[in-house]
Amino acid sequence: MMALLAELGRFVLDRLARLGRANLFLLQLLRALSFLFGRPGLLVKQLHAVGVLSLPIILVSGLFVGMVLGLQGYANLVDFGATSSLGTVVALSLIRELGPVLTALLYAGRAGSALTAEIGLMRATEQLASMQMMAVDPFPRVLAPRFLAGCIAVPLLTGIFTATGILGGYLVAVVQLGVDGGSFWAQMQAKVQLFADVANGVLIKSAVFGLVANWIALFEGYQAEPTSEGVSLATTRTVVDTSLAVLGLDFLLTALMFGEW
Amino acid sequence: MKQKNLELAVGLFVALGLAAFFMLALKVSDLTSLGDDKGYRVAAHFENIGGLKARAPVTLGGVRIGRVVDIGLDPHSYEAVVTMSIDPRYDQLPTDSSASILTSGLLGEQYVGLEPGGMDSTLKDGGTIKLTQSALVLEKLIGRVFTNMASGDSTPPKTP
Repeated sequence: MMALLAELGRFVLDRLARLGRANLFLLQLLRALSFLFGRPGLLVKQLHAVGVLSLPIILVSGLFVGMVLGLQGYANLVDFGATSSLGTVVALSLIRELGPVLTALLYAGRAGSALTAEIGLMRATEQLASMQMMAVDPFPRVLAPRFLAGCIAVPLLTGIFTATGILGGYLVAVVQLGVDGGSFWAQMQAKVQLFADVANGVLIKSAVFGLVANWIALFEGYQAEPTSEGVSLATTRTVVDTSLAVLGLDFLLTALMFGEW
Repeated sequence: MKQKNLELAVGLFVALGLAAFFMLALKVSDLTSLGDDKGYRVAAHFENIGGLKARAPVTLGGVRIGRVVDIGLDPHSYEAVVTMSIDPRYDQLPTDSSASILTSGLLGEQYVGLEPGGMDSTLKDGGTIKLTQSALVLEKLIGRVFTNMASGDSTPPKTP
């Protein structure tokens, strides 16, 4: 019985210490960001790795999600003769929820796991330690460019995902199913608001998700056990933790932005 | 050369992202209709506005000529004051035009429908529409039907 209690206590204390370390890590990251003003080349390289190389998966998923939304929305709305509001349905669901959340989940799988594995291996092969031996701080050189590049890439990818999704919905609804194209766009424009929907959903949500996804990925890599199992465990944990954090935060943000109380 | 390609790809990526945002702002949320609020203001007092919301359309003969910009309550008469912004192209509305709150379709949103009157003087900025018809509130309508039924047959049915 005592052993069980001690185990529980150790687990909680471990978690708390880990949370504390993660927050200190974020502070160090933010402090190291100013270094990048002098070295924009480092940022460009990382933007290519996390942003440009994530484009194919974002474009394809966005297109298909929009097309599925168009099909499902049509199947439901046609019973009420309300297919002209299909544009609103597709645009609002993409802008408010699906765009930011799915982009963050795809980003965690495509780029977050790669970041963790990269940093984890750098640690396992003692590259970070040798940098410190040469009095080079790995935070501004290695971690900060990746962090900032990720924080820039996620909102941009979200915008691309959402726009592609709406085009996919347009393809299915107007080109294939024969909904009137004019009312598709007009209804969408009448219902979607720039600040309440686009700025809240696409910009603020994705900025928060981007920060969290990159923070978790880099922290897991930095904290990884310097063994092959450790790196693999850290990579798994990055994807799982990021997904949970994004979905949980999404509920909170939605309640704050769109909930009425 | 390698660095050059890298920069090109990143530049393209950022440009694509910004283009997506522009599309969301202009094509999807219609930023253009936010800025050009050059219409003249006309107020109308309603007993009950039902579910009318700001930004609802104002139509005449089914053609959209403006939108509702503000909904308030007159503190003295306890009537709802609906302020509308009407496109300056349609500045020939007679002062005895009437406004009613209608619903588009069975489940659609509510909008303000105008009916032109016959007078020569026209509505100006800051003018008021005197003739108004409130929104149909379903509960009141049902209530009235029940009152009519009750008063119609004075002998209530024996079985409850």
